[in-house]
Amino acid sequence: MKLKVFVTLKPGVLDPQGRAIHHALGSLGFDGVRDVRQGKLIELEVADDTDDATIDGMCRKLLANTVIENYRVEKA
Amino acid sequence: MKTAVIVFPGSNCDRDIAVALEAVTGVKPRMVWHGDADLPADVGLVAVPGGFSYGDYLRSGAIAARSPIMRAVVEQAGKGLPVLGICNGFQVLTEAGLLPGALMRNEGLNFVCRDVALTVETSSSTFTSGYKAGERVSFPVAHHDGNYFADTETLDRLEGEGRVAFRYAESVNGSARNIAGLLNDKGNVLGMMPHPERRIEAAHGGTDGRRLFEGLMEAVSA
Repeated sequence: MKLKVFVTLKPGVLDPQGRAIHHALGSLGFDGVRDVRQGKLIELEVADDTDDATIDGMCRKLLANTVIENYRVEKA
Repeated sequence: MKTAVIVFPGSNCDRDIAVALEAVTGVKPRMVWHGDADLPADVGLVAVPGGFSYGDYLRSGAIAARSPIMRAVVEQAGKGLPVLGICNGFQVLTEAGLLPGALMRNEGLNFVCRDVALTVETSSSTFTSGYKAGERVSFPVAHHDGNYFADTETLDRLEGEGRVAFRYAESVNGSARNIAGLLNDKGNVLGMMPHPERRIEAAHGGTDGRRLFEGLMEAVSA
């Protein structure tokens, strides 16, 4: 089973990288951008019978730092 | 006092801290590999050094915080053993849950490598007893991810409990409330981004850092 784990900064947490990307888009003439937030995509391949609690555990214990980040899992 | 320095793949200030600890304690620290399960039994301080543990993959300090030796460090810290995390070590301690909050990419995105002015916020901790509260000191910083973040409620609690040990006296990295160094609730764990171990001898450009280790040694042996 393939998993996609999307890790994103929580709303309200300053994202300096997103801000730099926003600025660069502006310099390229893309003026309509209201906000940019940068996150990560982590792709995992796991055994088909891996249960949701285990997947959630992987996200909470390592893949995301829940102090500053949210995560969302998509099963492919 | 016997001390231990944790060494991860990618640590690069492990020797700096080892030299500093030996200069102050007169005893060579035990260098403890990240894969070890236990700390030496008789140490009075564990130092988690600066560097780029595991290449800082995933997040700074994230993988190191889950290494076998960190389980022992967390356990011993819970029993009151003093633990000092500097730079990447601070990041490791937050990722390991020994200190609240997180260290994010510097606000200006630049790697900041220079001397910075700090204010010592409390002299009543094990780590800062060599200073006077309110005193201004100068330590070098060298980091990309030193921008301290915690929610407002946590920040208020940390301030209220006197757990901010060092504060930047100038703009450095966007840290919340200019926090440069933070204590845990019992005061036996300190994490800080600036490098006191690089201010030990006059030849380093000053000895402000030496007093941290001298104060610590006195407090621990008292």
